[in-house]
Amino acid sequence: MKKTFLTVVAALLVGTGTFAIASGGADLRLAPAPAHRLDAESLQRGARNFVNYCLNCHSAQFMRFERLQDIGLTEDQIKDNLMFGADKIGATMTVAMTPAEAAKWFGVAPPDLSVISRVRGTDWLYNYMLGFYADSKSTTGWNNLVFPSVAMPHVLWELSGPNRLVEQEFDDHGKAAAAAIAVKGLVRLASAPGGKWIVQQVDTDPNAPGTMQPAEYRAFAADLVNFLDFVGEPTKNKRISLGIIVLMYFVVLFALVYALKRMYWKDVPH
Amino acid sequence: MEKLLNWIDARFPLTPLWESQWGKYIAPKNFNFWYYFGSLAALVLVMQIVTGIFLTMSYKPDAAKAFGSVEYIMRDVEWGWLIRYMHSTGASMFFVVVYLHMFRGLMYGSYRKPRELVWIFGCLIYLALMGEAFFGYLLPWGQMSYWGAQVIVNLFSTVPFIGEGLGVWIRGDYTISDATLNRFFAFHVIALPLVLIGLVAAHLMALHEVGSSNPDGIEIKKQPKDAKTGLPLDGIYSHPYYTIKDLVGVVVFLFVFSIIMFFMPEMGGYFLEANNFIPADPLKTPEHIAPVWYFTPYYAILRAVPSFLNSQFWGVLAMGASVVLFFFLPWLDRGAVKSIRYRGTLYKAWLAAFVISFLILGYLGVVPVTVWGQFPDGWPLVGGADKATVLARVLTVVYFLFFVLMPWYTARDKTKPVPERVR
Repeated sequence: MKKTFLTVVAALLVGTGTFAIASGGADLRLAPAPAHRLDAESLQRGARNFVNYCLNCHSAQFMRFERLQDIGLTEDQIKDNLMFGADKIGATMTVAMTPAEAAKWFGVAPPDLSVISRVRGTDWLYNYMLGFYADSKSTTGWNNLVFPSVAMPHVLWELSGPNRLVEQEFDDHGKAAAAAIAVKGLVRLASAPGGKWIVQQVDTDPNAPGTMQPAEYRAFAADLVNFLDFVGEPTKNKRISLGIIVLMYFVVLFALVYALKRMYWKDVPH
Repeated sequence: MEKLLNWIDARFPLTPLWESQWGKYIAPKNFNFWYYFGSLAALVLVMQIVTGIFLTMSYKPDAAKAFGSVEYIMRDVEWGWLIRYMHSTGASMFFVVVYLHMFRGLMYGSYRKPRELVWIFGCLIYLALMGEAFFGYLLPWGQMSYWGAQVIVNLFSTVPFIGEGLGVWIRGDYTISDATLNRFFAFHVIALPLVLIGLVAAHLMALHEVGSSNPDGIEIKKQPKDAKTGLPLDGIYSHPYYTIKDLVGVVVFLFVFSIIMFFMPEMGGYFLEANNFIPADPLKTPEHIAPVWYFTPYYAILRAVPSFLNSQFWGVLAMGASVVLFFFLPWLDRGAVKSIRYRGTLYKAWLAAFVISFLILGYLGVVPVTVWGQFPDGWPLVGGADKATVLARVLTVVYFLFFVLMPWYTARDKTKPVPERVR
């Protein structure tokens, strides 16, 4: 949000469009994450996805399993279906791998995901899950449109299929920007050598489909991101619902206090 | 009850203290919107102290545990999330309120004789508040905490000759470390709160000694007294009149405060920065380090000043001077009137230029200097320079001229006559 705001302010001040790129840079447009904090089923599916696919390498060390009761799961459901390594319901979501081992195997330790949604935001995380594509030039064999040269391989490739990068080249920035704006979903506009511009997208490879349909995979990613958002701030729903009550309280209090003020100030001559 | 009060009054001046400080304090009757922010600042101070006490109960000032203990407060401590958000929102709102309070002073000449000491105590509060905010910002031990502190402490290292030793002395180490966190915690929860409370008491006592100014800049103490009440013609008792009026302001303020705290506690990354949810990592410098929004005008001034004789110290000096200059306002202003209502166009224009400079500098302090790109190479003087840096330099000059030229333009200004009675 801060970045968007700054981009808008900068765009207003300099007077350029949405795809305003400094020379040599690149501009990314993210698809909005279709996640919703009140969708308990989505959150539960997300918890399942997280435990099955992420929690082997990534910890969420500040998150307790028992907290999953907040998304409508019972203690037994959590113990039976979601807890593989830990045995106490009050345990936090840790992994067996130490950061030193992880750094040796992956080059960098996989970050803890407790507050990753607060660092990156849900849109970024959602597009990151969609941004992986097969890249023979990288050391892992994978690359990501949202996070170029990321050390993480595409763990979910069996679900989504390996995916490929689709590029269109333009001579003119205006035409490239128009093409990028026309794209639905994740798109990257970058300058290329020779004053040219390229519009990049990630697309499924028809020769190597995944076990999931693209829409199914997007829903999978959305659930996961929804869950990560919950993990980032488990009290968010409580915060918002309490906030509404507090605001109503202040509205009533204002009416009373303002009436009192008018009564007292009647005897002050103007 | 009355017996008890008499008993106390015979041993401690409770009633005289209450009456001189608030109960029988006589204030002008024409306070407007801008006069709410003093009492609101006091409210936020109390809120910060109370929430701070509760945070201290669960926070661990230890480089290995600090980040986790904040998340512990956010997740496992009962209502911890609310207390933490009150404190983080309160920190930024403190500056919002204080900046508006200071702007009121500039508009209505509240710093003028005989209120010089009220103003100076206020400036000292502002300085102490900046220190309090700076020390407190390290405590969550996120990337921005760590690198923000690194940048600010490095400013002291630019001081000629003693700089390097000074930096080590402040940090207690060669980099920001556990030792630094511990001492910053001590400053944040004990030293500066004590200083702040003392200064606020002095600020209020000085104010209640000389009496409040008002949007017209009329000294009500010099007015004839009303035959019936014995009060100055435009004076009223602050209690109950301003007690109840300030209460209206408090409710409106808390409404706005709650909107931020409950629905956007990060305030788009300005109150809680996204990068500060990454634990501090001494080996990984963030791409772009910017201080929290309330320091950015000064940060922009710091960056605007070019290095000279191989030293960045001039920028640090300019930044220091830009804050210290506020202290001299009572003597720089030679206007015939106090309030902007009776000032001429010269003062109004300079004040507007100052406020605009301050706001744009605040924006420039958030963004990287390359934000607008560079001027074309062939251009005279500015060729090849970052556009944002050039603008920051121009605005820095405007900022300083507001103060430096003040004796001249306030004395020359065509003022209007001040009426006998308030409007």
